[in-house]
Amino acid sequence: MEKQKLSFKVNNDEYEVYIHPKTLLVEVIRDHLGFTGTKRGCETVSCGACTVNVNGASVKSCSVLAIQCEGMEVTTVEGLEKNGKLSPIQKSFLDHGSYQCGFCTPGMLMSASAFIAEAKDPTKDQIKESIEGNVCRCTGYNSIVRAIEAVTQGKYKEE
Amino acid sequence: MSHAKYNVINTHVHNIDGVAKVTGRATYTFDVTLPGMLYGKILRSPHPHAKIKNIDATAALALPGVKIVVTGKDTLGIKQGIWRRYEELCDEQVLPLEKVRYIGEPVAAVAAVTEEIAEAALDLIEVDYEVLPAVYEPLEAIKKEAPTIHEGVERNVNVTRHIEWGDVDEAFDEADYIREDWFKCSGQAHMCMETRAAMSNFTPDGKLTCWASTQSAYYTQGLLAGVLGLREGDVRVLAPYVGGGFGGKFELDAAMFCSAVMSMKLFKPVKVVFTREEDFIASKRRTPMFYYVRTGIKKDGTFCARESRMFSNGGAYTGMGATALYLSGFFHSFPYKWRGYRYDGYRVYTNTLPSTSMRGFGAPQAMFCSEQQIDWICADLGLDPFEVRRKNGHTEGYEVPGQAFIASCGLKQCIDEIEKWVKAKGELPANRGIGISSCGFMSGGIFNWFDSPYSFSSAVVTINVDGTVELHVGCQDIGQGSNTTMAIIAAETLGVKMEDIRVHSGDTAHCPADLGAWGSRQTLMAGNAVKMACEDAKKQLLEFAYAEMGINIVYDLDIKDRWVHIVARPERGLPYVDLVKKALRAKDGQRIMGRGYYTPHRKGMISPAYSYMMQAVDAEVDPETGKITIHEVMTAHDCGQPINQLGLIGQLEGAASMALGYAYLEDMPMEDGKLMNPNLVDYKVIKAPQMPEAGIIEIDTYEPEGPYGAKEAGEGLTNPTAAALGNAIYNAMGIQMKELPITPERILKALREKKEQEAQK
Repeated sequence: MEKQKLSFKVNNDEYEVYIHPKTLLVEVIRDHLGFTGTKRGCETVSCGACTVNVNGASVKSCSVLAIQCEGMEVTTVEGLEKNGKLSPIQKSFLDHGSYQCGFCTPGMLMSASAFIAEAKDPTKDQIKESIEGNVCRCTGYNSIVRAIEAVTQGKYKEE
Repeated sequence: MSHAKYNVINTHVHNIDGVAKVTGRATYTFDVTLPGMLYGKILRSPHPHAKIKNIDATAALALPGVKIVVTGKDTLGIKQGIWRRYEELCDEQVLPLEKVRYIGEPVAAVAAVTEEIAEAALDLIEVDYEVLPAVYEPLEAIKKEAPTIHEGVERNVNVTRHIEWGDVDEAFDEADYIREDWFKCSGQAHMCMETRAAMSNFTPDGKLTCWASTQSAYYTQGLLAGVLGLREGDVRVLAPYVGGGFGGKFELDAAMFCSAVMSMKLFKPVKVVFTREEDFIASKRRTPMFYYVRTGIKKDGTFCARESRMFSNGGAYTGMGATALYLSGFFHSFPYKWRGYRYDGYRVYTNTLPSTSMRGFGAPQAMFCSEQQIDWICADLGLDPFEVRRKNGHTEGYEVPGQAFIASCGLKQCIDEIEKWVKAKGELPANRGIGISSCGFMSGGIFNWFDSPYSFSSAVVTINVDGTVELHVGCQDIGQGSNTTMAIIAAETLGVKMEDIRVHSGDTAHCPADLGAWGSRQTLMAGNAVKMACEDAKKQLLEFAYAEMGINIVYDLDIKDRWVHIVARPERGLPYVDLVKKALRAKDGQRIMGRGYYTPHRKGMISPAYSYMMQAVDAEVDPETGKITIHEVMTAHDCGQPINQLGLIGQLEGAASMALGYAYLEDMPMEDGKLMNPNLVDYKVIKAPQMPEAGIIEIDTYEPEGPYGAKEAGEGLTNPTAAALGNAIYNAMGIQMKELPITPERILKALREKKEQEAQK
């Protein structure tokens, strides 16, 4: 199969890569561009470790072809901080101990950040649903829910 | 017990790896790349039991990009096992020479320039098998006519374990009531988010470097050296960040072994990462167990005797399963005083995925049986389950005859607190109930089946001129936060701040040997080593302080918050950093360095210390569908002095989610030895919407053997949950669940049977 050109933005930088059309977004992010913060934990679009944001929406990057992201803006966990300042959800994760082994954390943060951007006074159940697609084997989720809740309640400000 | 006021211990501190983990900077074995690296893939057996007659890799080797294909014949053929001290338990060739014993067992490995080519090459390897009769269940495999899985092993019995104290028969004679039950406990996948992964790099100087997703860099180093014919010192194992372990990652796995074997032949880096499916079918699993439990009790609720027989499905190899066999039998007695106790455990080989340790180490199975049976006995005799547990529970100063000494025990307070919590809930609606379960757990094992010549834990602390501290430990952070716990202990002991400590771990080239993360051992054992190392360094510093301050030698000096001072007159002192600078000058520039270690002595047969807990589960059953809803979980928990406040909450909530999964969701059904749900669509783990609130009441105790009074936390809490849920369902619906997981089908079946029995009456 012929390689095709993909032009898109990742974490606010323009990239041009030549890829096979069947290359997954997660493969381009990790293997071509080296953003290894994004993880992979399954082959069945079940674990959410590869979640990134595409044009602001959380997307499991193993479920889309990279070529579908032509002209789009992708944010990975590496794009959450600004000039060394952590984003509110990152700070809240630190304060609430919302990670242990950390392998699900990048995907969890991306699901959470897309949810927080849209949510208005969410209930606890809505917060839980927002991370339903992300498996965490360590924390039991409750500390993650508390961290998201604290941000949606305005306890953390963008620096 | 009064505690000193601590500056760092049990305060709100961030995990020291936190920034790396929330910014994507943490680099796992999964993420490691090296220049010129190759990608390895493993060909696995489709048969549960078969002789390997021939392997033809000609076509695979002809595929452009394929660099090597290795089989058992390309290895030293050494049978290995983590019970290194016992030759007969070293029974696994990671690439077997003669035959395969379970579906998914490796038979060959390929390295190629891309992962796709390596995968394509697997299809081109031709293996000629002679399929043998297979057996999958321990109660079948133990029969005389069953196929032999390992030559010379009679009736496929891999290991047996007998535990006994007191006069069991006499104690049964004293009982007014005896009850016996059979239980079947399922397996469970560790399901670490990072699958098994390794990158091996063997260089022409004869040195091997291996990045591995492991719970013990030192075990991996020792096991790799053993199977590769290298000196341990020529093998460097790196485990910078590990994506979960839960008991499944301290044996030698095929990612480590195959990547190393191929790298040694090619002198190139080779990386092997298991797919999720491979991780399900060919890593290891929690040990499935059949339990027969017979318990004798007096009318007033006094426990007399217990006798149990357990048959575990060992799968194809020993691994850590031998330890689980022992610990299950020991913790099956917990946390109660028995006049007579007898346990006979049989670990039986079958043609299935090997079973091993998993969080709780055989105790969740044991407690599922024990704690439910106790509730049923209470119901049979009209006794109060709280009162019976209080009456028979361990207390401080108790000796489990010939096995263990209980130096600290908060069990009674745990029971009191949970009783209050349950009573405050009041009357519940129909089909809803609360179940309780108590248990205890170890703080590290005292056994040395690995035959380590090194102390169980070690630490080295070095102080830089600016007062910053390098802490080198061998204990392994797999997400449970041990690096943070060690930093807290170091900061508290040295009298500095958290940000002064840099922890070095997960690198055998720079860190002292340590048995690693298993059996809840690190807080107590590595914690003691760190405390000792820091006390050593601090003593050296304070010697200079005495000279510098010109004070009477009878005064006590201490350091707190970077201030060196006279304890009786804290305002008299000098900054810690100034003292460090002076000490360096006085020592001819030698850095202050402290060393510490821990090796248990005279601590019984199991562990130096035991945690205690009681848990309550509030659950509801839909009688039409059998569906379970968990409303809330509450635990009263005695882990001695908590060290890492945030980490403790996280560990206990995480334990609840994993144990709830074991109780009612996670299952590993097999057909003819083939796992039927090897993916995250069909294998159900708890997700956020199912996770209930899981509160914790900390019980204040002090463990004299632990650093600052600390003992186990985080693993033990996987023990009570399945039983507590079973008891909740019993209280709600009047049905006794004797098989795990407690699925809707099993609930509906039990409800039908109950209805039929009532109709007969």
